[in-house]
Amino acid sequence: MDLNMKVLVVDDFATMRRILKNILKQIGFTKIIDADDGSTALAMLKKDKVDLIISDWNMPKVSGLELLKAVRSDESIKDMPFLMVTAEAQKDSVVQAIQAGVSNYVVKPFTPDTIKEKLEQIFKK
Amino acid sequence: MNLELINPFIDATLNVLETMASTKARAGKPYLKKDQVARGDISGVIGLTGEVSGTTSVSFSEKSILPIVSNMVGEEVKEMNEEIRDAVGEIVNMISGQARQKLDELGRSLKAAIPTVITGKNHVIEHITTYPIIAVPFTSDKGAFTIEVCFEE
Repeated sequence: MDLNMKVLVVDDFATMRRILKNILKQIGFTKIIDADDGSTALAMLKKDKVDLIISDWNMPKVSGLELLKAVRSDESIKDMPFLMVTAEAQKDSVVQAIQAGVSNYVVKPFTPDTIKEKLEQIFKK
Repeated sequence: MNLELINPFIDATLNVLETMASTKARAGKPYLKKDQVARGDISGVIGLTGEVSGTTSVSFSEKSILPIVSNMVGEEVKEMNEEIRDAVGEIVNMISGQARQKLDELGRSLKAAIPTVITGKNHVIEHITTYPIIAVPFTSDKGAFTIEVCFEE
């Protein structure tokens, strides 16, 4: 896993963005940017070259699922690694995300080890 | 109200606090709450819809939420501020998500709304329905908090 990757963290809760950024820094990532909604993330993706997206599902304007679908249908970023980190734990939600092309899925609450493990699984593929 | 609907919220609360805030809590005895006044100083409330409609809330004392959020973010938070409000919203979001997963396994599929957070001494938690409110008090090494569950059943 290349720790020089630029990571975009997307969650409408600032606390969760802070927790995820702390965990990513502990893992060794140094280039981390964040967005408070899928809509903000889409605008940032037009300007910034990002290598990995970590996103919540339920957000006010553009959800994580909608963000995922938008990324997968954009020829320039369709293969972007995408980790969904969400409180949506029902089977239907997981299936929807897999069908939309999510790279991996973490259910909240989570430990730092879980985030690290799920990221390593993405980059082993 | 069917107690089968309450237990997933109790288990979710214990799991969320332990996993995200390293806080070991203990659930007390559920009781029927006859008023709408919150038991804490800050509450997160989330509406639930689907096979049954309802609301769940978690209400923290100032004494308990400050160390809980400090543990979550890995840095001491000394006063009630926007970060605390935000964290309480996320806590009730996670409790709702875990509980809904369990309820889904029991054949009760529910969706959650975006949470709201209310603060202030003696603030009111208005549940989505006029059905009975079941409150569950918790104790922990960080202090006390209370969850409430109210379903149209």
